[in-house]
Amino acid sequence: MNAPVKIETTLKDWETDQEVRWCPGCGDYAILKAVQRTLPQLGADPANTVFISGIGCSSRFPYYMETYGFHTIHGRAPAVATGVKLANPDLDIWLVTGDGDGLSIGGNHLMHVLRRNVNMQIMLFNNEIYGLTKGQASPTSREGTKSPSSPLGSVDHPARPAAFALGSGARFIGRGFDVSKHLPEVLKAAHAHEGAAFIEIFQNCIVYNKDVFDDFAAPKGAEDRQLWLEDGKPMLFASDSKGIALDRDALALKVVDVTDGDWEGAGVIVHDVTNRSIAHMLIEMPFGPFPMALGVLYDDPRPTFESAVLAEREKASAGKEANLAKLLGTGQTWTVSGTAQDPV
Amino acid sequence: MATAATVPQDGLPQTPDAIVVRFAGDSGDGMQLTGGQFTLSTALAGNDLATFPDFPAEIRAPQGTLFGVSAFQINFGSRQINTAGDAPDVLVAMNPAALKTNLSALKPGGLIIADTGAFTKRNLDKAKYDSNPLEDDSLAKFDVLAFDISEKTIEAVKPYGLGNKDALRSKNMWTLGLALWMFDRDREPIHDWLKAKFKSKPDIADANIAALDAGHAYGETAELSGPMKQMAMPPVESEPGLYRTITGAEAVSLGLVAGAQLAELPMFFGGYPITPASAILHHLARLKEFGVTTFQAEDEIAAVCAAIGASYAGQLGVTSSSGPGIALKTEAIGLGIMTELPLVVVNSQRGGPSTGLPTKTEQSDLYQAVYGRNGDAPMPVIAARSPSDAFEVAIEACRIAIQYMTPVMLLTDGYIANAAEPWKVPNPADFAPFPAKFLEQPRGEELLPYKRDERGGRPWIKPGTPGMMHRIGGIEKHEQTGNIDYSPDNHQRMTDLRKAKVENIAVPDQEVALGENTGTLAVVGWGSTYGPILQAVRRAQAKGCSVSHIHVRHIWPLPKNLGDLLRGFDHVLVPEMNTGQFKTVLRDQFLVDAQPLTKTSGQPFQIAELEAAIAKYFDGIEGNEGGDVAVNDQQLPNLESGHDDGSYSEAPFHGDGAVPSGEDTDSEVVNQ
Repeated sequence: MNAPVKIETTLKDWETDQEVRWCPGCGDYAILKAVQRTLPQLGADPANTVFISGIGCSSRFPYYMETYGFHTIHGRAPAVATGVKLANPDLDIWLVTGDGDGLSIGGNHLMHVLRRNVNMQIMLFNNEIYGLTKGQASPTSREGTKSPSSPLGSVDHPARPAAFALGSGARFIGRGFDVSKHLPEVLKAAHAHEGAAFIEIFQNCIVYNKDVFDDFAAPKGAEDRQLWLEDGKPMLFASDSKGIALDRDALALKVVDVTDGDWEGAGVIVHDVTNRSIAHMLIEMPFGPFPMALGVLYDDPRPTFESAVLAEREKASAGKEANLAKLLGTGQTWTVSGTAQDPV
Repeated sequence: MATAATVPQDGLPQTPDAIVVRFAGDSGDGMQLTGGQFTLSTALAGNDLATFPDFPAEIRAPQGTLFGVSAFQINFGSRQINTAGDAPDVLVAMNPAALKTNLSALKPGGLIIADTGAFTKRNLDKAKYDSNPLEDDSLAKFDVLAFDISEKTIEAVKPYGLGNKDALRSKNMWTLGLALWMFDRDREPIHDWLKAKFKSKPDIADANIAALDAGHAYGETAELSGPMKQMAMPPVESEPGLYRTITGAEAVSLGLVAGAQLAELPMFFGGYPITPASAILHHLARLKEFGVTTFQAEDEIAAVCAAIGASYAGQLGVTSSSGPGIALKTEAIGLGIMTELPLVVVNSQRGGPSTGLPTKTEQSDLYQAVYGRNGDAPMPVIAARSPSDAFEVAIEACRIAIQYMTPVMLLTDGYIANAAEPWKVPNPADFAPFPAKFLEQPRGEELLPYKRDERGGRPWIKPGTPGMMHRIGGIEKHEQTGNIDYSPDNHQRMTDLRKAKVENIAVPDQEVALGENTGTLAVVGWGSTYGPILQAVRRAQAKGCSVSHIHVRHIWPLPKNLGDLLRGFDHVLVPEMNTGQFKTVLRDQFLVDAQPLTKTSGQPFQIAELEAAIAKYFDGIEGNEGGDVAVNDQQLPNLESGHDDGSYSEAPFHGDGAVPSGEDTDSEVVNQ
């Protein structure tokens, strides 16, 4: 985030004249709208905003945002964005990537942008499939996913984006899904975070991996399987009838029943977004026996990469003159006058 | 070039006009340091010089082994020096392995200085010697000066209380002291350097100074007997001015800083460690006060991508690597070409393929530079010919990148990167500035991020500029708006426009480096073969051969007059440290019968090799061995009959019918 001056805009101001070319019904439409709805609320300035993406369905995102946009190459958006941010730290950068772009071909760059903590919002659209290349299994596809490249079902273990991010040193981890009405709140929290803010957005690929998140993201009837986390609030779900508590013996989380609103009595944990151990447990919490942890799982800022680079440059330049003529003539020099040499 | 052995037995003054000395030892013996300091003293003495550091890829190869030998060769003289010299006159061998691996290079009658203390049974075994060469007669055709340098060093540094192992580390300084005596050099600058280097360890500084002085003193006493003679090399005639020694890596770094200043831009350098390119990252990391940001990325790809990102945001993006790293960057370079952003890519070439020979030199990335990308992705390529030339070439690379909104490949090689030569320090004010311009308002009513200027470059628009929001990317763009456009006509036009932009880059006409503009043979080189070709051509000319040296800096696009120039010669010979890559480009572009002379041993060309190759083109000249190549005046097609080479038409940008002007009514673009 970086918007020193708040600008008045409407959703329309963030739409380009380009025809959106995702498949009808694609979850990307909902995410696009959520972002376009959120930016005016942040007072963001389109001229100061840059959307940077890699390759894949999600990476077409910048073309639809009336901001600066850079559609780069497969997996490399974090590296390009790092250069942009170092060259102009005042820019507000949103990175758009997917499970293939961000965790397969670009996994290395994602790891490093997170551990360096370059200030930007990183939206990883996770649809557990390669969409633009027509439906191959992706690094987040569940075991047994049948696809053109895995006709008998995929045999490799899926990567978990949020766990990857935490392990890489991310200081902000948020989660949402495409059609969720809470998504703008997660985006706002990510924007408010100084540093690399990682947001995993479950996105429905209606062509190649339809409704794969329905267990917790179906339009109706799945609410009870969503745990929306808020800092300082108890971890309650299923209309506050259940909560998450700590099983002290197993050093793990457990689901407890909450009766008559007595969550304290049931031992339900109050969410602390700065607690890395809690964040780790929430991310590791298996869906099924547990609800899906959504919202802001972790938010504990530390100094950003670009501020460190700037500070280092200032320190290294302090008291030094940028005199090129002098620099060229530095080192082990000698002067030739006529034909006689005088070492200096 | 005279040899040390030809020095008369009496008196100091009569010396050859150039001498080649090679210091060789174990990688732990500090030969590169010794060579570097000897180079400094040579420069301070006013001699011209060229050096060739040659070291193993292993950081600490097992001691005493043949593959662990590290060598540093210097050629210096009272006349112009262009190469590190073919064969050494003096070989300093710090152990048996160094003697064994370097002996074959030594001139007959050359001088060997050897440390008997290191010629132990163990070291002789490691070097696979059956008997001690210093004691049998296998070195009979050389002058040998063998004595126990190890012991003498230990003796010299005794007062400083160092253990034997530490004391032996000063062996190289003892040897340097002896070399300083041999060539009548001042010890003071080396004393100063040692004091500065070991500022926090004055004992070590003193011990090294003592070793240096002892080596020097030994020379004085040993002069009385044997082949050891002192020589004073007179200074070379040079233009008055301030001089320094410079390596190619330093010159590239300084040239990039100068280029950024001339463009009035901060510089962003994205790099990843790789031999022999890392030195550029190291130099620039210390120049932050010049507005330089250095970023050591997670890999080669991230290094170039971050540089592209910085260029997009309005800085001068630069990345540097060697062959394998350039291969990794290739897709991103294509992105730079597609999005038409300035980018300088420095390739310090090494031997390949794959990891190849990391510490050895080669010119085998020319195809990669000119042709090596997916799609029709034209990119300007320029090559430095020497360490000092790299300064100007780096500035030229920045100029082209900014004025034409394009990635540019700058080729150096391991030899140029590591070698040092004296450099007359230029005045930055002598270079014409080329300030970058950013578009801050639409030129017409509508913002057209891909509408070109008279040079064919698209406007540079910094994100953050109010009202200029637009999207760019690697996907094909509409010719004007930059919006995604896959239409057949548009891709045809954009491909043509990108090609025309690069082909129409203004590069200076090709000049002849040495010799006439027409003749029997043109020896055409590029890059670090400059020195040996120049000397070989000079020698051939002295024998009466009609031969000229043409050295090409602008590899792509080639100078427009080069085809005609080559056609003025009966034969074209292209020496390269590869299997004939530039030869192919010349044949392709000009339909000339360019003949290859190739070498891929990881070592630079020797003057004698080139001289012998040139000789084959000339018969009946006294002292010439050759005459194998028949005169063939039919081989070069005459282009005046309308046979166009097809690549460098005189048509102005947009001027030929193949490029429709589209909806563009801006006459400034169409008619320039």
